[in-house]
Amino acid sequence: MDALDLARWQFAITTVYHFIFVPLTIGLAPLVAGMQTAWVVTKNDRWLRLTKFFGKLLLINFALGVVTGIWQEFQFGMAWSEYSRFVGDVFGAPLAMEALAAFFVESVFLGVWIFGWDRVSKKIHLASIWLFALATNLSAFFILAANSWMQHPVGVIYNEETGRAEMESIWAVLTNNTLLAAFPHTITAAFLTAGTFVTGVAAWWMVRLARTKKAENLETARDVYRPAVRLGVWVMVVAGLGVIWSGDIQGKLMYEQQPGKMSSAEALCEGTESAEFSILAVGPLYAGCEDVAHLISIPGVTSYLGTGEFSGEDSYLPGVYDVQEEYSERYGETTADGEEISYTPPLAITYWSFRLMIGFAAFSVALALVAFWLTRKGRISDNVWLSRLALLAIPMPFVANSFGWIFTEVGRQPWVVAPNPTGIDQVRLLTERGVSTAVPAGVILTSMIVLTIIYAILAVVWFRLMHRYAIEGVPDVVRDESPEAQDPDDSDRPLSFAY
Amino acid sequence: MDLAILWFVIIAVLWTGYLVLEGFDFGVGMLLSILPRGDKEHREKERRVLVNTIGPVWDGNEVWLLTAGGATFAAFPEWYATMFSGFYIPLLIILVGLVARGVAFEYRGKINDPTWARRCDQAIQLGSWIPAVMWGVAFGNLVRGLLLDADHQYVGGFWALLNPFALVGGLTTLTLFLLHGAVFVSLKTDGEIRERAQRLASGLAVTALVVAGGWAIWAQVAYSATWTWAAVAVAALSLIGVVAATRARKEGTAFTLSAVTIVAAVVLIFGSMYPDVIPALDGGNALTVAEASSTDYTLTVMTWVAVFLTPVVIAYQAWTYWVFRRRLSTKDIPAPAGLSWQKIKDAAF
Repeated sequence: MDALDLARWQFAITTVYHFIFVPLTIGLAPLVAGMQTAWVVTKNDRWLRLTKFFGKLLLINFALGVVTGIWQEFQFGMAWSEYSRFVGDVFGAPLAMEALAAFFVESVFLGVWIFGWDRVSKKIHLASIWLFALATNLSAFFILAANSWMQHPVGVIYNEETGRAEMESIWAVLTNNTLLAAFPHTITAAFLTAGTFVTGVAAWWMVRLARTKKAENLETARDVYRPAVRLGVWVMVVAGLGVIWSGDIQGKLMYEQQPGKMSSAEALCEGTESAEFSILAVGPLYAGCEDVAHLISIPGVTSYLGTGEFSGEDSYLPGVYDVQEEYSERYGETTADGEEISYTPPLAITYWSFRLMIGFAAFSVALALVAFWLTRKGRISDNVWLSRLALLAIPMPFVANSFGWIFTEVGRQPWVVAPNPTGIDQVRLLTERGVSTAVPAGVILTSMIVLTIIYAILAVVWFRLMHRYAIEGVPDVVRDESPEAQDPDDSDRPLSFAY
Repeated sequence: MDLAILWFVIIAVLWTGYLVLEGFDFGVGMLLSILPRGDKEHREKERRVLVNTIGPVWDGNEVWLLTAGGATFAAFPEWYATMFSGFYIPLLIILVGLVARGVAFEYRGKINDPTWARRCDQAIQLGSWIPAVMWGVAFGNLVRGLLLDADHQYVGGFWALLNPFALVGGLTTLTLFLLHGAVFVSLKTDGEIRERAQRLASGLAVTALVVAGGWAIWAQVAYSATWTWAAVAVAALSLIGVVAATRARKEGTAFTLSAVTIVAAVVLIFGSMYPDVIPALDGGNALTVAEASSTDYTLTVMTWVAVFLTPVVIAYQAWTYWVFRRRLSTKDIPAPAGLSWQKIKDAAF
């Protein structure tokens, strides 16, 4: 492997890893904020117990998102310096804005929230978690602005003299239609992840308590865990519909903006009207289109996803071969080194990651339906199958999120900055031209090994803590620690929270 | 004023924010096994006092680093690309330290077990000592200059970064952060540990005066402009002030002065680099502020963002320091809230 391959693997490993933690934080933070709001408004202890319980899980999760995020910002310069030189004038701005406008708010107010239970008034404490929750979502907006620009560069010109892309309009970058579709898709997927998590954990607990048949346990199941199950179900329903709606918009944009990505996702080789949606394809997909055999397909569905028409002239979709031909003509047949350029992303990865994204998200649908039915009209359930389904469903959205990004990023290949078909042709960059030229392969290999080992250790610690704190359950006794509820004579009491 | 120069100043301000704030975080981390005294139980309590002095604020402090990095990317893409790829190994080492330290802060109290606490303390110390030295090494190299080819690629290799000047730079940041941390602990704690921190700080201030003073004079003579002598003078006077203030038990003054010392050091570093962002070494090429910068449009956009948001950030971050202003002592520390290791083990698959 050369430096390029290693840098790509390193980027893939570290980014997929970082994004395990991010969606849960994005989705769970507003849910915990909602629980705390319910406590402040209704004064019902159930919501304080749930806030403390899911809040702890949120914190365990957030810590890993933070520490793995630093590398994300650094590695553009470290391993992808030529990419950074080419795009920095445009791409750096949203990253800097993210730090200044969002990440500061997140980090500072999370500190207030964790340590501030007995330090700031109830309202300010509640405002802190909301600021944290909003800022995590705002963070996602800026990071997706940067990524969407790589998918579909807008608001930019090419400067011959400096040989780089230069920003012409920050407004265009921040209202890129790719971003306006990717942002709701990512956010709703994050809420789906968090809704599944909350329902999954709470449903497991509800069943466990209900099966003991003890009166006080039944009471806790009904009074504390059932509301959490219902909350998670509603979040899943709304978020799930949002995922489908935003994903549909993304699909149509993708056909206009990156036709190669969607045709390879469908392993659609020849352009056609009324294109079929392939459910199962076989063949050595790595080799390319020639040997693909679609075994099960639904007529017209792929055309519908891309164009909104099932059949007829308007349902025409270009295939992999058409894209190769068109791009070769427009962007050149060979690289500067004389090698032929394939404008087709790795078919097997795009084809399967697209399907696995959808398939793994379906577990959340199943959990939502079953949990919704079993807890209807104030019921609690002791059905062991609900508890099994809950455990099975919890990790699935995480996997679906990963496949979604693998599809998005691998499908962009061979580009790191995909050309905008209606934009300026020179604003494009092949991934192989983006890698650092001053960094030897051995150095990248070293960092890849070091990071992989550290990340693996942290994954084990993270999982065991999440797991153990989840089966610890909601705290039995909660007290109002806010300054309003304190005895002023008791100023020497220990801190309510300390590391 | 030229926007590129303004942004050179803003980047310096962001680094100042980072080094002043995370400087004492590193200091506290390094002192974790040095300051606590007494029997096993008492030492653990004192270590928790130390961790909790920075518990609510360390993450916000670290965001200054991400902002400095992001702002360099946005305002000076060539600088960001050359510096980060050139400093690949030092940055990797720093990053590993920061990862270990951040996780250890957050997870230390999650498991109530002496072995776990010890491991987390090791990670915090590792993640404090290493970056404290490495940042000095990195900035030392920026003052001294790097060997760049005509395309602004760093071609000097890793070992060239470990030159004597840069290594003394590493010792400089190390002693400054140790001092800054000790002064911070004396300001934020009460009881015996405050006394110990005070004594340590006045000793460290003298050490810092020798080490940092020596490095600053070396930088002045070999690499810097005349006007940065002013920064050296301010740093020296501040350090003398720290000695006096700690002896007079004026912790607030001592902390302000040790912060001023770090500000002066950043002024010296960036003042020495200017008008380059990476000075030339051995007849290689320099990368100047003008060559490295983004377009006027991008810099204008970023200027508006920075002018509006930076004061807001400083305001709410300062507010959190006010919220958590209370001095901590061992009697403030509640019983451990973490789960036992046995419970975690029992729950594992």
